[in-house]
Amino acid sequence: MKHLVKLGWLCVALGLVAGCAKTTKPDEAAAQAAEPVANPYPSTYKPAAGPPTLIRSATVLTGTGTRLDNADVLVVDGRISAVGPSLQAPAGARIVDGAGKWVTPGLIDVHSHLGVYPSPSVQAHSDGNEATGPVTANVWAEHAVWPQDPGFEAALEGGVTSMQILPGSANLMGGRSVVLKNVPAVTYQGMKFPGAPQGLKMACGENPKRVYGTRRQFPGTRMGNVAGYRAQWVEASEYLRDIGEYERKKKEGNKDAKPVKRDLRLDTLAGVLKGEILVHHHCYRADEMAIVLDMAKEFGYRVSAFHHGVETYKIANLLAENGVCGALWADWWGFKMESYDGIPENLAFVDAVPNGCAIVHSDSSEGIQRLNQEAAKAATHGKRAGLEIPPERLISWVTSNAARSLGINAQTGSLEAGKMGDVVVWNRDPFSVYALAELVLVDGVVQYERAKPTPPRSDFLLGQPAAAGVTP
Amino acid sequence: MSRRDLGSHLTMAKHRGAVASLVLAVAATVAAGGANAESVLIRNATVHTMTTAGTLKGTDVLVTDGVVTDIGTSLSASGAQVIDAKGQPLTPGLFGGMTHVGIEEVLDPTTEDQALEMNEMRPEFDVMKAFNPESSTLGVARIGGITFAAIIPGTDEKSTIVAGEGAIVRLDGGTTKSRILFVELGSDANEISGGTRAAQFMLLRQAILEARNQAAIAEGDERLLTPLGRKVLREFIDGAGVILFDVDRAADIRQVLAFAQAEKLKIAIAGAAEGWRVAAELAAAKVPVFVDPFENLPDSFDSIGSTLENAARLHKAGVQVGFTMGSTEPHNIRKQRQTAGNAVAHGLPWDAALAAITRVPAEVFAVADRVGTIEKGRRADLVLWSGDPLEVTSLAEQVFIDGKLQSPRSRQTELRDRYLERIRSNTAR
Repeated sequence: MKHLVKLGWLCVALGLVAGCAKTTKPDEAAAQAAEPVANPYPSTYKPAAGPPTLIRSATVLTGTGTRLDNADVLVVDGRISAVGPSLQAPAGARIVDGAGKWVTPGLIDVHSHLGVYPSPSVQAHSDGNEATGPVTANVWAEHAVWPQDPGFEAALEGGVTSMQILPGSANLMGGRSVVLKNVPAVTYQGMKFPGAPQGLKMACGENPKRVYGTRRQFPGTRMGNVAGYRAQWVEASEYLRDIGEYERKKKEGNKDAKPVKRDLRLDTLAGVLKGEILVHHHCYRADEMAIVLDMAKEFGYRVSAFHHGVETYKIANLLAENGVCGALWADWWGFKMESYDGIPENLAFVDAVPNGCAIVHSDSSEGIQRLNQEAAKAATHGKRAGLEIPPERLISWVTSNAARSLGINAQTGSLEAGKMGDVVVWNRDPFSVYALAELVLVDGVVQYERAKPTPPRSDFLLGQPAAAGVTP
Repeated sequence: MSRRDLGSHLTMAKHRGAVASLVLAVAATVAAGGANAESVLIRNATVHTMTTAGTLKGTDVLVTDGVVTDIGTSLSASGAQVIDAKGQPLTPGLFGGMTHVGIEEVLDPTTEDQALEMNEMRPEFDVMKAFNPESSTLGVARIGGITFAAIIPGTDEKSTIVAGEGAIVRLDGGTTKSRILFVELGSDANEISGGTRAAQFMLLRQAILEARNQAAIAEGDERLLTPLGRKVLREFIDGAGVILFDVDRAADIRQVLAFAQAEKLKIAIAGAAEGWRVAAELAAAKVPVFVDPFENLPDSFDSIGSTLENAARLHKAGVQVGFTMGSTEPHNIRKQRQTAGNAVAHGLPWDAALAAITRVPAEVFAVADRVGTIEKGRRADLVLWSGDPLEVTSLAEQVFIDGKLQSPRSRQTELRDRYLERIRSNTAR
């Protein structure tokens, strides 16, 4: 049990710095005038080749709002090949009897700190908040991901095949996120989701103003938070304008054209303004989310999702009209003032409005293992409020809607021909507390099979006498 | 609760024009009673007694003046409110674990009363003096089927390992005489025990020595405890309550067992992430443990042996297993039954999982004469569920404490109903 709250899980949720992060001053002079290399830290993930897999006679939730009873799912060469009744097994196919079982797309968590706040949560592992200044858009979460975090394999056993790893919420602009596939690797590049856009983590409210306000630094208020963001967007707009100007002059053959001094922070913000980097904004209160949406219009960018949004139910239409998803918990509330108005119907309300985009996120190494249960709880409360959400719709909260907010919905998040073979076979209706993932395919490769326990994947757990006989 | 009160809930829901379905469903099952409004007859329930009587299908439970007075079939009671359970599960009210419900409203120094930060060991610090029965956290938990919980003091940087005294409360705000002395051990407490867990036992031994030899301490002697602290600790040594040790590492649990045996202490253990590794010793010592069934990651070097099968393995070894959440944070203790369901998914028998949040905590904290089971003579703390009480798709439909039907409303239902109409009319913006 945790009683020293300031040292516990709240570090992440609250963006607390004391006892969570000890960092040094960043080197502002790191910026170079050199031409940026496209994709400097490329994914090296290549799924292993393997036989086709045919799952037969299961209840299939496709992630596109459809439920198919007694249907088959065929995965060939790492991709979904077909979904439907009585499919033919290709030669050499691995056949999975799906009778009585349920099949869903691999689950996606859009808000995880696995790898950057890994287990064990010792000081040396605290890599999620670069809380040395309120704007650190220059940092990339991927440069701190520890692939040996035992939380990855625990999440895999919960059916999670992709996840977004974000910087924490201490800062107004905390840095770039990375989307990973949940596969074992020694380097994070070996997990990196090929072609997934990066995100920018931003944070509203209490965390930035507390972290810096208590140090008598800017920002110390919500006013300061918004002024802080806006100053950055002004600068980023000018940066983009200057780069455009330089490129125009260069094209015209103007010898006096001087390249703009490269700035890693502004590169990130410019990426947002160009629509290449997706904004994931940590924001609890309805009023603050509305301010952020106005600000996005002011500077001409889009918010992909509000994360945590415990008050999203108060403005569900506003999000839907702006095409913004709500990445939310099922029932967390009250752990700080800005979360005091949380209700367990939040997700159901967000789902209920036209064009609503509800996503269950975890922000927790425990919650990521049970996204299906969290969705089930939220739907149960929705049903009691008169908002019935059938399983074929509910599954989108942890698959296709999540993929949409991450910009990877063309590749994964549903069982449609041509998409990645990210598939979970559950021993029963996944929206049950007793449901267990029995088989998890990532790009068609079996990454987890409950019937065949393996030694821990994390090097950390190897040779630990206490861990003998334990699978996380 | 009188019929008039029930009617007022109906009226409230009608005025709000929302979520009437649940409230109506609750009210509709309550047939018109007679003059004696203090009797409730719950008909045709699947009664999980949590006693040797086991689970009784198609069974009636009669509650008179707050006490279960009969369990059987075809019971009748003139003038009783009759509730048709339609075969749904009826359980004892559930336990919310070790928590700060009522002593911490929200993360702010003005609402946080859980930790004594005086750098002094004060077992006499009784956190119940700060308990607020009107905290919004109680209602939220109560409508989720949680009817009792262990309120324990917390620790912070300026606390000591002996955090102080707490108690079992009932979530209608009522208190009990059950006493708990909470002691924090292991790496979580290193910074409040001179930087080493070894000092934790040094401090405990000295404190117990002082408490046992109250008269022998002269004025001006170096001492750890105040006179009142010595008195209170002596009461716990003499068995007036349970000393609850929060400890995870197998080696630390062994130290606690040896210490408790040497000092003849009545103890329980909370946390016990590696409890399964010392299950035989725990069983032999008859020390109950309260585990978090979700704990399966090596959150620290104290819990490298964490596994989802901890509860199942402890139970199989004969240890008395109760549940608590991984954090004492007070807002989401309704999640306790979800943890119990997960323990079942990982090998714990269903009955043992329900016992871990009903009978076991009642027995360990000496309130089993009041709560934790459904049997004749016990207080009627009951929950009628829409389905399997450990299932995430079930909800508490009716909650009784002392035989009184609790309001189905909380601060959260008020918020829900204020905004539900805007959702329905697409005007939430």
